Amino acid sequence: MRRLPFLLFRALTAFSALLVPAMVCLLLGYLLWRGLPVMGPELLFGHADPWKAVLGRAPVWDGLWPACVGTFHLVLLTMLLAVFPGVGCGMYLAEAATPRQKRVIGAAVDMLAGMPSIVMGLFGFMLILFLRHTFFPHANTGLLLAACCLALLVLPVLVASTREAMAAVPASLRLAAAACGLSRSQAMFHLFLPAAARGILGGVVLAVGRAAEDTAVILFTGVVANAGMPAGLLGKFEALSFDIYYISSQYQDQQELLRGFGAAALLLGISCLLLLAARVLENGFRKKWQGRA
Amino acid sequence: MGDRAFPPGPFPDVPEFFPVRRSCRKLSGTGRAGAFCGRMTGVNMRRCRLSDGEGRGGGLLLRLSVFLAMGGMALLFLMIAAFALPVFLHGGEGGGPFSWTWSPGQGRFGILPMMAGSLALGVTAAVPGWIMGLCLCCWLLSPEKGSRIGLFRRLTGGLVRVMTAVPTVVYGFAAVFLLAPAIRKGFGGSGFSWLTASLMLSLLILPTVVLVLQAGLAPRLQAVEMPGRAMGMSRLELLWHVVLPTSRGTLLSAAVLGFGRAVGDTMLPLMLAGNAPVAPDSVLSSLRTLTAHMALVTSNEVGGAAYDSLFMAGLVLLLVNAAVSLCLRRTGGGA
Repeated sequence: MRRLPFLLFRALTAFSALLVPAMVCLLLGYLLWRGLPVMGPELLFGHADPWKAVLGRAPVWDGLWPACVGTFHLVLLTMLLAVFPGVGCGMYLAEAATPRQKRVIGAAVDMLAGMPSIVMGLFGFMLILFLRHTFFPHANTGLLLAACCLALLVLPVLVASTREAMAAVPASLRLAAAACGLSRSQAMFHLFLPAAARGILGGVVLAVGRAAEDTAVILFTGVVANAGMPAGLLGKFEALSFDIYYISSQYQDQQELLRGFGAAALLLGISCLLLLAARVLENGFRKKWQGRA
Repeated sequence: MGDRAFPPGPFPDVPEFFPVRRSCRKLSGTGRAGAFCGRMTGVNMRRCRLSDGEGRGGGLLLRLSVFLAMGGMALLFLMIAAFALPVFLHGGEGGGPFSWTWSPGQGRFGILPMMAGSLALGVTAAVPGWIMGLCLCCWLLSPEKGSRIGLFRRLTGGLVRVMTAVPTVVYGFAAVFLLAPAIRKGFGGSGFSWLTASLMLSLLILPTVVLVLQAGLAPRLQAVEMPGRAMGMSRLELLWHVVLPTSRGTLLSAAVLGFGRAVGDTMLPLMLAGNAPVAPDSVLSSLRTLTAHMALVTSNEVGGAAYDSLFMAGLVLLLVNAAVSLCLRRTGGGA
């Protein structure tokens, strides 16, 4: 009788090993099954001429192109804002911080990593309310604000991956740098940073993935369904993830629904590719240093 | 000498090396030292011009980046506290945010139903997610024959990693058109219910749980594997009898982390839970979580007491997740 719980446990492990892949494959397979057939130029550009649309001469009304461009701009801006503080903070934590600083900054970054994305969105929203009541009565949500909030969201990812990559630089390199008489910051910027570059880049790619998929933040900070191409730093914009949500709740006809499936499959593909790229970079990084160290 | 600002690094036996640097400069510069290190490590050091001022500049850059990151974070906390505390202290109009009725038409802006919804959904997503994650992780860690890892096992491990990258809105989209109709047919109701949302949420938190557990359990299993195998126990038996009872901290932190993610997620409850602002009474009834509530309020209401409830909801979420990460630090330190 004492073995009964164990037998139950064994059955459960086998059961969940079957159930989970089955559920995930069912969901994603259904998505791809509906979404892949509509993949093609029409999905992106609708009835507009692709070349004219890419050059911005013709507006795209029934395609995903504006949303893709919006997401691209958003991610680019987010990374411009987030990479410097994120990587710098990670380097500081890995190389220069006192134990007390490590504890405090590490705790703060952990806390930020656990924050739900909607809290960042709410922060952006409050920032606009605050600015309206104080300095800029005409402040409104837009691309720049969304990028700021997203930068805050991906910051912990960057810090953690930079910190890990710097910690993975082998001790022999540190000793060699010290033996050659490099000062701490010389060694850090000219040796450890290039040595850890691949690992850091893996973290950046991971952060790009997080920024591209997130919906809750931009929901508060200026995404709209029909903005066309992004107008500028302060203008409203479209984004792929928001389009998916919008279509799922507001679709009018079968064609729009199919576009939603196409968009979901596209976003899924992009996320998986980014994850794969991050893994490849990180594996290359580890292999290089484990081979040498 | 900007380097003096830096505290001693990870190698206590390598002191600050001013004399070395001086001799370095005599050797016509650190360029040669750099080239040596570069050759040794394969790092391109060609364009390194090392100078004394650089130490200060580099240190300043790092400090600036830390300041920026911490400043952004502090601004986030300050802003939410500044907007939410007045509501918390004075209460709002119409009974304030802490009442059980949400009907903006009558000026009632209670968010207690949403808090109940968040709690209910978080628990019902975290429990199955945790159990499935634990079982899946044990299955991944216990190949039966020797240490050969089967193809299916490797594929499943890869799938769990892929699951971390699947956007929540994509999960939501697939579930709206696949799971919700299935539940409508099987159980009745509208299909957009507590049950639908909690199923999808448990799937969402599963990879987090599995990866946390795997990181915690794998080293322990490895430590007891040799003696255990010598006693004739399989790896699964070892996990069940030896490893799991001694790693309560890891189990707890996986559960807490899963709960935190489930409570914090916005898109799945918004798309799948039905969003009726009442406390749920059965698994097939519709419910509204704090996160979905915030999204709906910003798109439907303009200003006034509705926004007060929004700030309150934000503060509650912030506090819950701060508590979760504090709890994680505690269990992480103990384990």
